[in-house]
Amino acid sequence: MHVMDTNKSYAGQVSRHLAIYAFGILAVLFLFIYALAFFAGTAGSSVNGNAINIERNSITIALSEEPPQLDSTRSTDASSFIVLAHTMEGLISYDDNDQLIPGVAERWEIKDDGATFWIREEAKWSDGKPVTAHDFEFAWKRVLDPDTAAEYAFILYPIKNAEAVNQGNLPKEMLGVRAISDSILEVDFERPTPYFDKLAAFNTYFPVREDFFGSTNGRYGADADMLLYNGPYILDEWVHGASMVWKKNPFYWNDQKGFLDEIVTAYITNDVNANLNLFKDGQIVQTALSAPMLPTAMEQRWQIDRFMDGSLFFLEFNHRSDRMTENLNFRKALLLAQDPNELVYKVLKEASYLPAESLFPVWIQGLEGAFRKEYPAPQHRLDIGKAKEHLDLAKAELGIEEFPPIVLLTGDSSLSLLAAEYYQELYKKNLGLEIRIDAQIFKQRLAKMTSGDFDIVMAGWGPDYFDALTFGDLFASWNLNNRGRYQSDKMDDLVRIAQSELDPRKRMDAFGEIQELIHDDVVIVPMYERGVSFVVDSRLKGFKRRSVGPQVDFNYAYINDQ
Amino acid sequence: MSSLSPADFERISNSSEKENISRPSLSYWADAWIRLKANKRALLSLYLIVALLLFTIVGPLIWTIDPAFQDLDQISQPPGSNRLALIVDDYEPWTGLSSSSENGLRLAESATTMAVRLVWDVLPNASGHRVYRNIFPVGTERAYGIPLAEYFDNSTLFFEDRLDLKPRRYFYSIVSLGENGELQDEYQSIAVDLQRVTTMNEARAKGLILPNSELTTGDSINLNLHPLGTDYLGRDMLSRLMEGARVSLFIGIGAPCLFILFGIIYGSFAGFMGGKIDQFLMRFADFVVALPFLLFMILFKIAFGIGPGESGVFPMLVALVVLMWPGTARLVRGQILQIREQGYIGASQLLGARTNYLIFRHMLPNTLGVVLVTITFAIPSAIFIEAFLSFIGMGVAPPTPSWGAMSNEGIKNMLTSPHELLLPAILISITVLAFNLLGDGLRDAFDARLRNQE
Amino acid sequence: MISYIIKRLLQGLLTVWFIATATFFAMHNVPGDPLLNDRAVSEAIRANLESKYGLDQPLGTQYLIYLKNLSQGDFGISFTQENREVNDIIREHFPVSAILGILAVVFAATGGILFGALTAIYRNRLPDFIIMILVILGISVPSFVIAAMSQLALVSFNSLIGVTVIPVAGWGTIFHMLTPALVLGLGTMAYLTRLMRSSMLEVVGSDYIRTAKSKGIPAPRIFTRHQIRNAILPVVTVLGPSIASITTGGFVVELVFAIPGLGRYFVQAVQQLDYTVIMGTTVFYGAFLVFMVILVDILYGLVDPRVRLEK
Repeated sequence: MHVMDTNKSYAGQVSRHLAIYAFGILAVLFLFIYALAFFAGTAGSSVNGNAINIERNSITIALSEEPPQLDSTRSTDASSFIVLAHTMEGLISYDDNDQLIPGVAERWEIKDDGATFWIREEAKWSDGKPVTAHDFEFAWKRVLDPDTAAEYAFILYPIKNAEAVNQGNLPKEMLGVRAISDSILEVDFERPTPYFDKLAAFNTYFPVREDFFGSTNGRYGADADMLLYNGPYILDEWVHGASMVWKKNPFYWNDQKGFLDEIVTAYITNDVNANLNLFKDGQIVQTALSAPMLPTAMEQRWQIDRFMDGSLFFLEFNHRSDRMTENLNFRKALLLAQDPNELVYKVLKEASYLPAESLFPVWIQGLEGAFRKEYPAPQHRLDIGKAKEHLDLAKAELGIEEFPPIVLLTGDSSLSLLAAEYYQELYKKNLGLEIRIDAQIFKQRLAKMTSGDFDIVMAGWGPDYFDALTFGDLFASWNLNNRGRYQSDKMDDLVRIAQSELDPRKRMDAFGEIQELIHDDVVIVPMYERGVSFVVDSRLKGFKRRSVGPQVDFNYAYINDQ
Repeated sequence: MSSLSPADFERISNSSEKENISRPSLSYWADAWIRLKANKRALLSLYLIVALLLFTIVGPLIWTIDPAFQDLDQISQPPGSNRLALIVDDYEPWTGLSSSSENGLRLAESATTMAVRLVWDVLPNASGHRVYRNIFPVGTERAYGIPLAEYFDNSTLFFEDRLDLKPRRYFYSIVSLGENGELQDEYQSIAVDLQRVTTMNEARAKGLILPNSELTTGDSINLNLHPLGTDYLGRDMLSRLMEGARVSLFIGIGAPCLFILFGIIYGSFAGFMGGKIDQFLMRFADFVVALPFLLFMILFKIAFGIGPGESGVFPMLVALVVLMWPGTARLVRGQILQIREQGYIGASQLLGARTNYLIFRHMLPNTLGVVLVTITFAIPSAIFIEAFLSFIGMGVAPPTPSWGAMSNEGIKNMLTSPHELLLPAILISITVLAFNLLGDGLRDAFDARLRNQE
Repeated sequence: MISYIIKRLLQGLLTVWFIATATFFAMHNVPGDPLLNDRAVSEAIRANLESKYGLDQPLGTQYLIYLKNLSQGDFGISFTQENREVNDIIREHFPVSAILGILAVVFAATGGILFGALTAIYRNRLPDFIIMILVILGISVPSFVIAAMSQLALVSFNSLIGVTVIPVAGWGTIFHMLTPALVLGLGTMAYLTRLMRSSMLEVVGSDYIRTAKSKGIPAPRIFTRHQIRNAILPVVTVLGPSIASITTGGFVVELVFAIPGLGRYFVQAVQQLDYTVIMGTTVFYGAFLVFMVILVDILYGLVDPRVRLEK
């Protein structure tokens, strides 16, 4: 191969030449990149603060998703809740101990048939004009207007005629809300709602000013300048998909909230590793930690904290008549053949998760203390023998020899797939059942849940407000979120009591009975109460995580450099 | 001007020895085959491919552990871990009683991988306590580690830890809480070494204790052997890799072969025909490339009627082929356009070669270089796309493993248990290497310019 | 040439129309409901939402309305980002993806050609082996891993130096672009290396190379003028679609490095069944791809004069 013989010197010469070329190309590349950077600078944003900037009294954080829009009457996702919690304020708000405190309303009164709120004078919008009761009336009417198609409209249903207005059966003017004057707001109830103050702290109850709204031409909430703010911070800059800058609102009335001058959201990604790396690199001020990241956190000697995020996850059965899971004994068999402790402690391994015992999480308040202390959850023990008995009973009742494959509907997150695979093998081992895992992406899972195309679904529920009812009404027959279509008169009666009973003890008793009924009749397989392990830069104090309200709360945060 | 003699003009005799045939005339294909056999790279690739096939087909017959079996006491174990365990009684819930008479933070009983039971006395100024666990000593920075529990009054002075207990040393700490639940300065810390344990029932369920065995609590036994370690659910890596090989090799080799075959036919046809046909065919290829992949995958899944949770390997193969051929087609077409203009093609045509002959004998072997490169890259692509598609329910359904899915799962625990990612990745690399070498060998064998050069 | 370009553009338009149509009907036949959300809504609200987005019309009507809007350049309003027009989304985020993509392809091409040439020259010797092993390892590891590991490496690098030299994530300055582009381009770089190597090896034995050498032409000139020029053709073929696929497939890198590119929006749109964004980005990407292919075909004819694009 004589071509190869000359290759040596050929190669030598060429590679030298190549090297020169390489240098030349790299130089051109450099210039090219600079040129690109010029254009990139105009396309992207350049807010890149370090995690804590002491001179500017500013911090940098990361958000996991971008808020689709910031119209408080229509927002439904966690990210917009976070932004709105810092830039807006409702009648009532939470202090840093999760207690209700006056917000825009300086005092209020809740009676059997309604409530009255007195708006404080100092409450102002970010353009200097005062916040008035009219702003709340306008906002709430907008939420319930069927044309708005607000998904959280249901949370205003305790207001008189709210549901009818929302269904389009009554005009907006008939809604039981009136601004008697600029500073007094009167609300009529559909039925007695003693927990209305807790509801009023929710995002969907935030005010919107009518004249400003009109001036945005349907783009209210779409951009930073398409919003009016009455909270501790204003949205100064919003580069979609990239970053946000929140600046202290000069017109905000409460000097006990909002100590930082600036909060920069410089990164939007939900990749846990990216967040960890950003924190490690000192670019953001806090991050959540998933189980695989904990060894790194311990190695870095970080101060790890944890928090219950409030949501509960459980296996929900399909109660429709054409499903195997409609059979009570079958459900009981599945309940008895598992142990949530094993799921949480051995399989999921998240330090902040708690094995669930009941539909009501451990932090729900009862009469004086924790609900679960006053009304303990029914005892559960893994009992394979008893489970098999129930299974045989179920087979006899259904008239079958063996159970057909059972479909477990789950999401596409790795945690839900992990749990699903665990259950698949567990039920095969303990009960000889074949479970098929139906992993679907979000919208398709929802569609299947709504149409009832599943036997078991891995469900989760996050609290909307600080009252047991937010979990307690899940299995009422009229609740559209009751995807399994469980129906019993007893449950419906109990929920009605829980909704409008004025005697707190009777109300709590109703919840206690609901808990029992869920264990005995509805039968769910409680999985875990979700929590978050997280780490915060040690120089930042006052950072809060909340189970009801924004996941991360910087309203009380301040920089302490010691 | 040399001098010529009449002797120079004498005729040479017509004996037949002068024109001996020293060896038989070889056709192009025969020559290529001989060269292939002699090629060292091709030989190596052959060994690798045979090894992979043995691994896939014979392996499960020898190593018979169920790939779906979850050994929850040995989750994410690296290969070669110690598996000695002490047999203890079954787990009973703890009420906080302790027979220990010491003071301060202490163990209520010996610490095992089943539970670590701690008791403590009220710390000074404490309105509550928080329990932490670390894998490193707390040290002066007060890095307590992972918070495990909080108690906001002093009525509960015990805690049972069952979270992900490994047989190693942990450092537990108790920190005092103030009235608002905030951390205060006082703390206590102890080091605890955990003993790996199992119970009689569990051991029997895993087949570790035979019915007539005399083992009882207090004895030690070895837990199941996992030569390559276990994954995040305690499943044996070796058997999962073997079972995953079937799917991954089938899709990883089958799909590329098919779509490349189709791409070659399509591309060479387009390139050879040229003109309007070429334009039309290429535009259609562009159209296919631009379609949103995920969307159409979902449609395929429905079209094939795959039920929830069922494995849809064959539909996946079809889907992959249908959506991935354009790349090869365009590449081959480009090569054909170039080759079409070469001198030997024209010469061949003049000699009366028909189109088939031109394509199969001249053009295609010369596109082989490019095609083989594409195959090399298509294999891991197909494997990873298959893994990705299991998210929407295409491909294999759990618990059936595949190398791509195992790699994806291994990413999450990349830092803590790298073997979960490395092992499938190594196998994928070996597969790619094998076909890479095979491709090189084939290309060398078929390269007409190297012909007859030994 | 001009008439050729015009012809190709018209064909491109037709292709894009096909793409839009196929995607439209495929999208509407995928199960799942874009209007469903975590919190169930009542019938009345549901009906309102449907009419707001025009989903209550028969499919054919929806299609025609969509085409009409499309011809006027109106891609509609995103379902999930309810106040943003798809045009805006594309306009704001595509340049980011494009810059990232182009940079990635530049890296890939430079590296690919360079390394490919190297392996061809040093065939069967040490540099060849090393590069080939790297190539194989590189493609056997999922891209997510490479992205995560490189980010980790950056963090370590920064902490070693003590100051953040190279940003770990985000977008805005040239330093933000380097690592993501490199990671994004690695796969294509590996592919181009192999491609280049293979075609160079073919060319190296060619007669005209031998002729040139025997004519005494200096090696470097042979290399550039003859060898590279001929071997580069497959690379050029791949380059156009590479740009398109890298730009659209940069999703993983965009996620890990928190880059506000279009890739993320597109993947989220499919998961959320955001019809307008899916259609908008598909049509846009389709047009982009078609354009790239046309560009590449023209380049083809320029690089290799023997190639005649038309009969």
